[in-house]
Amino acid sequence: MPDLLEPLQYAFVQRALLAAVLVALVCASVGVFVVLRGLAFLGDAIAHAAFPGVVIAFLMKINIVIGGSIAAVASALAIGAVARRSGLKEDTAIGVVFSGMFAVGIVLFSSIRTYTGDLLGILFGDVLGVAPDQLVLAAVTAGIVLVGLWVIWRQLVFVSFDPIGAAAAGLNTLRYDTLLLGLIGLAIAVSVQIVGVVLVVAMLVTPAATARLLAQDLRALVIGALVVAVVSSIAGIWLSYYVNAASGGTIVLVATTLFGLVWIARGVARGRVAVR
Amino acid sequence: MSEPAVIELRGVRAGYDGRTVIDNVDLTVRRGEFVALVGANGAGKSTLLKVIVGLLRPYEGSVSVLGAAPGASARRLAYLPQAETVHWDYPLRVEDVVLMGRVAHAAPGRGPSSADRDAARTALGRVQADDLMRRPIQALSGGQRQRILLARTLASDPELLLLDEPATGVDPATEEQLMSLLGDLASHGRTVLVSTHDLASVMAHFPRVLAMNGGIVADGDASILRDDAILRRTYGGHRPGGPQHIADEHHA
Repeated sequence: MPDLLEPLQYAFVQRALLAAVLVALVCASVGVFVVLRGLAFLGDAIAHAAFPGVVIAFLMKINIVIGGSIAAVASALAIGAVARRSGLKEDTAIGVVFSGMFAVGIVLFSSIRTYTGDLLGILFGDVLGVAPDQLVLAAVTAGIVLVGLWVIWRQLVFVSFDPIGAAAAGLNTLRYDTLLLGLIGLAIAVSVQIVGVVLVVAMLVTPAATARLLAQDLRALVIGALVVAVVSSIAGIWLSYYVNAASGGTIVLVATTLFGLVWIARGVARGRVAVR
Repeated sequence: MSEPAVIELRGVRAGYDGRTVIDNVDLTVRRGEFVALVGANGAGKSTLLKVIVGLLRPYEGSVSVLGAAPGASARRLAYLPQAETVHWDYPLRVEDVVLMGRVAHAAPGRGPSSADRDAARTALGRVQADDLMRRPIQALSGGQRQRILLARTLASDPELLLLDEPATGVDPATEEQLMSLLGDLASHGRTVLVSTHDLASVMAHFPRVLAMNGGIVADGDASILRDDAILRRTYGGHRPGGPQHIADEHHA
């Protein structure tokens, strides 16, 4: 039997675990609203739209999380603005903005003759390569997202549940929707380093979706999403260490497996109830 | 001496996407009045309520609500929209929804206070739904949902209540209780406007009726609903019978 604590002797594993738990906490919290409001496509789009920011930051030799954050938040706000002002449906606005942004990223990416693992890490995640300064930046960003979400939590629930009732009660629904988009953008930017552009939407959606299968109230939904996200992150890094697989992909696979197990267990439980 | 005006509209024209739904609306509602808005679907009842709440800006005319522009006094009024705009599939309990009535009064970052919880409990008691407090909202019937939304409006302790078809999906006994409750609130100084299709209920409970059809076609006590000319102007060709006929149609 392998020594389960063995990976912890390496500083890069310790940093990876910390970073993954941070991402889990942020994504699961924001993911509750992504799942409740049906914003999975938006989340995926923002992740792809962060790509040009990452490439530009790489070219300018600044921290790629900063570049990704700016592009992610800007694209989130741009999608909201295009949807509101163009009269187009939101998914159409998402399609236009994110594919345009991703195309900018691809053009810039292809212009770099000798790209390094840093950029590939952004596409597919490189949690084991998280440097101390990146961990600090991730922690600060995660703190901003969690505090921001905590401050507007009740208002955001009201605005999501009954936008007309909330507006009539004097809440500025546009302001809260914009804040949520900004928080989703930041959560994605901080997560891209861990699981990559391609899989980041899974961190937003799968833990909250798993909890949604069972939760009767919001508290249970949040706690369930946090538990699934943290367990997936830690187990995913551990597994990837022993099977020598990509950490981002392994984390998402663990989360997806948990979703499948909970779904099956719920089906079995309901079947029993129905038989009785 | 008459009570102060709570709602004042002068020459209001409003609608959606450039299309006029209500026109030439002049209206004064005073504190403590209990007013029914009646009319066919599309007559402009919801549009008028949205203008008063501040959700819809009129194309023309002036609107004053609680002495200010619409929307400026949002914390002093409560609006019950038609229930289909609400996400009843959310994992929330009844208490969570009723507590939303207190959110506009809360500072950001603050959870519900004990005063908020007391207000929610009292509001649920007033709509006779105390036993539903911890129930998940997905499990509620149509009538229970309406009662919960009404409790949410009551929890904010508003001076002005605007309710858009609160009796939809509610059984006659519950509707009777709701209307009695609203009448009781009005008699205690709250101002209450209710849109409804149930003319029998209007005749039984409301001292003032606004008949609408693209504007206000008649404004008076419930006896205007016995006037065939007014009913024709209000319902046009949609309504061949008298009030009882419409009430029967609504419950069918």
